[in-house]
Formats: sequence, C-alpha cells, structure tokens
Amino acid sequence: MTEVIKSNLFLLTLTIAIYCGGQALYRATRTTLFHPVLLTFLLMIGYLKITGIEYLQYREATSILDFLLGMSVVSLGYLMYEQSEHIRGNAIAILTATLTGCIVGVGSVVGIAAAMGASHEILVSIAPKSVTVPIAVSISEPLGGIVSITSVVVFLTGIFGSLIGSWVLDRTGVKQPQARGLALGSAAHGVGTARAIELGAIEGALSGIAIALMGAISAIVIPLAEKLF
Amino acid sequence: MVGIMYILLFWLIGNVLSNFVGGMVSGNVIGMVLLFAALKFRLVNPDTVRLAAKFLTANMAVCFVPFGVGLIISYRVIADNIWAILVAAAVSTVLVMVSTGHVMQWMYKGKDKH
Repeated sequence: MTEVIKSNLFLLTLTIAIYCGGQALYRATRTTLFHPVLLTFLLMIGYLKITGIEYLQYREATSILDFLLGMSVVSLGYLMYEQSEHIRGNAIAILTATLTGCIVGVGSVVGIAAAMGASHEILVSIAPKSVTVPIAVSISEPLGGIVSITSVVVFLTGIFGSLIGSWVLDRTGVKQPQARGLALGSAAHGVGTARAIELGAIEGALSGIAIALMGAISAIVIPLAEKLF
Repeated sequence: MVGIMYILLFWLIGNVLSNFVGGMVSGNVIGMVLLFAALKFRLVNPDTVRLAAKFLTANMAVCFVPFGVGLIISYRVIADNIWAILVAAAVSTVLVMVSTGHVMQWMYKGKDKH
C-alpha cells in the first residue's frame, strides 16, 4: 500500500483529483479565495510533508504538467486570435496601454521591493507578477528567479487584483468597458479575466487579449531591463 | 490531433528562434505570437486548433500547481521577504490597473467612448 501512495502515478492522480474537487467547491461557493489552485497547493504540500516524499520526486511525477503548460502558452495565441476582432481600429491604443501597464508594473514592483531590502533573486522572481503564470515562470527562471516564488506571487496578484479590481476602477474613474477589461487582464491575468467575464462580454474579451499581450510584452521588456540595470 | 500538431510545431519553431536571440525570449512565448499571426493571416485554419487550444487554456491552472508546491523548499526565502513582496505586489497591482485603464480610456476610438 505504501508503495502505491508514494508512486508517481498516485501523486499525479491525487493532484488532479484535488484540483477537480476544488473546482466543484469553487463553483458551489463562487468565492475567489477558495480558488482550486490555492486548495491544491496547500493540500499537496501537506501530503508531501506527511508522507515524507521529496519535492524532487513530486516534480518528476508531475513533469507532464510542465509540458502541458508549455503547450498552453502557445495556445494563448489562439485565444488572442479569437478576440482579435475587438482589437480592430484600436491596436495602437491597446498596445500603448498594455506597454504602459507593463513598465509601470515592473518598475513599481521592483522599485518598492528593492527599497524594502529584497535581493536580486527576489526581484527577478516577482518582476513578472502581473503576467500569466506559465509566461511569468519562463521569464523569471532564466534570469535566476525562483519559480515557486514567481508562481505564488503571480497567483496571489491575480486573486488580489480580481477582488479589488472593480472598486479601484470605479474610484479612479475608469468607466469604459474596453478600458476596464484591459486593465483587469493586464494587472491580474487569468484570475482577473474570470472576473472581467462576469462584468460583461466586452470586458472579458479585452481582458483575454491583455493576458497574452502583457505576457509577450513583458517577455521582451523584463530581460531587457534586467540587462540595462 | 491536427491542433496538437500545430501547437507543438509553433512551439518548436519558437524554440529555434529563441536560440537565435540567445534565449532572451522563451520559445513558447514566440510560439504563441507565431500561432496568432498564422491564424490571422489564414495560414492555419482556426477550426483545426480550436478544440486543443480551448482545452489547454481552460485547464492551464492545474499545470502550475507543482511550481507552487515548490514552496515546500523555498518558503524560507519568501518568509524572510514577506513584507517587501506583499507591499510591492499589492501597490504595483493597483498602479498597473489604473495606468492601463486610463491610457486605454484616453486613447480608445469607438462608439462608446465616454
């Protein structure tokens, strides 16, 4: 029995099973804090602790997920295509707004964390915090970042952004649906987009474009900035 | 299966191009841009990619669970920098949202401009 519950296949199955359970719970409660990913993080960490399984073995057991993640990044190109009718006539506006968000975001997160004494390793780990997780880790890892920090910070940024999003946009006078959608997707990637879809179809579409665009722009801006500074 | 083939193919081309630029931009991100361009210029029929792409992007979140579980070995680094990380990420998230939203609202041309 212990052999079964410590096998690679079991670890993979358990991860996906907890995630599916989490999804059902999330659908029933609609509470952003009960995001299935958060639940799976916590329960799997607990499981590895209790059984004493090494993290390296867990990585090996779930390596197929890494591969699927690479494929899903490429697939984002399709999502961008599907929403591309919403770009028409506003490509320059969308590009400029997303690029501004990228520069403001990377500059502020790195600037504030550096001022509070964070090391270079931490700074490159959190620089892509508004970028969707799979792209964020492929930006931070080659620069010497720690992928687990990147993924958790990016994920929490998404939760935070989607929780406060409408409130912040209302308060600061961003009323237009296109601008609200783009802002949510740029700041809070997929979690923000899930929220934007609830606000409306236009918000959802622009938010979806922002995920892929913010990723592509950041993938160029962050390594360049790291070389310059 | 044709969809999977295209996705893998663009990833592969992305990796090759990524090597040309010294790995500065990762292959999957280049693949994403190439797939978008190929669909836009009708080099690839969108119907062939739809099913695979929808499945992959809808279930993307489960794929990054293993990274998060990596906290089990890197929690000390996070714990030591917890305030710097939380304050910087929270403030920066608000700034991204407000700046992107305002630039877009200001530059947007369309029927429902305020």
